[in-house]
Amino acid sequence: MTEVVIEITGLTKSFGQLEVLRGIDLTVTRGQVVCVIGPSGSGKSTLLRCVNLLEEPNSGSVVVNGVELNDPDADIDAARTRIGMVFQSFNLFAHQNVLNNLTLAQRKVLKRDRAKAQEVALANLERVGLSEKVNAMPGELSGGQQQRAAIARALSMDPDVMLFDEPTSALDPELVGEVLSVMRQLATEGMTMLVVTHEMQFAREVADTVLFMDAGVVVEQGPATQVIGNPRQERTKSFLHRVLNPVHVDEK
Amino acid sequence: MALSRRKRARLIRGTQYAILVVVAVVFALTADWTRIQQAFFRPEVVREMFPDVITVALLNTVIYTGLGFGFGLALAIPLALMRLSSVAPYRWISGIYVEFFRGLPALLVILAVGNGVPIAFPGAILNKYLALMVALGIVGSAYMAETLRAGIQAVPAGQVEAARSLGMSPMRTTIWVVIPQAFKIILPPLTNELILLTKDSSLALFLGASISEYELTQFGRVALNQYQSLTPVLVAGVCYLIITIPLSYLSRYLEKRGGGKKISSPESTGLDVTP
Ligand SMILES: Nc1ncnc2c1ncn2[C@@H]1O[C@H](COP(=O)(O)OP(=O)(O)O)[C@@H](O)[C@H]1O
Ligand SMILES: [Mg+2]
Repeated sequence: MTEVVIEITGLTKSFGQLEVLRGIDLTVTRGQVVCVIGPSGSGKSTLLRCVNLLEEPNSGSVVVNGVELNDPDADIDAARTRIGMVFQSFNLFAHQNVLNNLTLAQRKVLKRDRAKAQEVALANLERVGLSEKVNAMPGELSGGQQQRAAIARALSMDPDVMLFDEPTSALDPELVGEVLSVMRQLATEGMTMLVVTHEMQFAREVADTVLFMDAGVVVEQGPATQVIGNPRQERTKSFLHRVLNPVHVDEK
Repeated sequence: MALSRRKRARLIRGTQYAILVVVAVVFALTADWTRIQQAFFRPEVVREMFPDVITVALLNTVIYTGLGFGFGLALAIPLALMRLSSVAPYRWISGIYVEFFRGLPALLVILAVGNGVPIAFPGAILNKYLALMVALGIVGSAYMAETLRAGIQAVPAGQVEAARSLGMSPMRTTIWVVIPQAFKIILPPLTNELILLTKDSSLALFLGASISEYELTQFGRVALNQYQSLTPVLVAGVCYLIITIPLSYLSRYLEKRGGGKKISSPESTGLDVTP
């Protein structure tokens, strides 16, 4: 039960002069849910994007499913089919309906035939509760539905691990719940997940490990009860204070 | 002298109508309407021109334009991708091509291709259709490549990231995600390019042709000499408009449907005053 899915060591990343990640170490084992929290601009998205090489690390190693992604000779496309990515802005293919969004990569990359790809797609749409939106265009869906379709699209590739980059941050408040409940269900089914989120309640309930990042380093990590419930670091405390009491932000 | 907004608007609008009326009256009084009618509206000439003006001339205009547009598009796709390539020589070649052919009159390109290719490649069979396809294609491709490049760059980066995250290679991403969306974005300007090419196809006139190869302009010109009347010019003009006006509406419809950029509002021209 302690098979390692993601192993990050000494990861650094700069954009020009700006050091965004300054030596990150992180291990995610199979079935684990790891939530990353931290202030805006602390490098959470960049960390996640390094895990599927949307950003190229400057140094350090990122091993996913035993493949060193930071190796120029790695078959990155093959590795990515095993890594599901969910974006803050959904990024459904705007020119295709929901079904084709889910079947495109299955057919072009995994070389599944149309019937098989559709079967997988329909099963995953059902999983996220979108069976009746098979033929809808992305623009006809609410934000919550788009995000659930995007999750189903990633799941259709049968990934070993799912990455979520603030999946509910672009949603109207009343639509957050439907997406979180899909993610909660995935976690229950044993999916390995690395989730950047500001939903502290979700992190508390679902995360096995919570990581607090600030200014490109992991300040504190541990079980949710500890990092969120009883933080040791001053920076974690003040961040949580600001997040959990947004109205009283000026008190401290 | 301070005018109220309403009074100023009324004054400006009144002035514009007055100018319109004066110009129309002067035109109506000075033109020789009998001669105009004799030159442009001779029904028997119109009757003589049918059905060939449609079955031969209009058809050829459509064929030349269609072939040129298709060939131009086929050239424009690699040109646009080359322009965005990470390989510098590709960018240079594409850039030079675009600047070169955008900077030349279409007629010159048509003359060069129509007369030059048989010289450059002896034995190359270049009939009128092939020559115009290549020449109009080259002219159109220079513009379409630039339009397409802009369209590709307008596809949101998130679309590419989503495709790459699913394991799609750069090539597959370009083919299945970027190009289709780029085309959707550039459909209105592409339709305008089709209108321009329709008109440019009239330059076929300068390549010489047999009767069966006449397009609208050449057909009209020959008929003009034959009947000593300008009526064929009018008929040819109407035929062009039958093609171009619907295209123009299509372009505007696509632009509106795509939620594309708005063209400057009437107020900004200073000519229209909102009530
Ligand atoms: N592609 C990029 N080019 C330049 N700077 C970037 C780029 N992506 C992110 N950054 C910068 O890196 C820092 C961390 O960004 P990010 O990882 O998105 O933070 P977070 O997700 O925690 O809000 C920010 O200051 C951001 O402006
Ligand atoms: Mg972010």
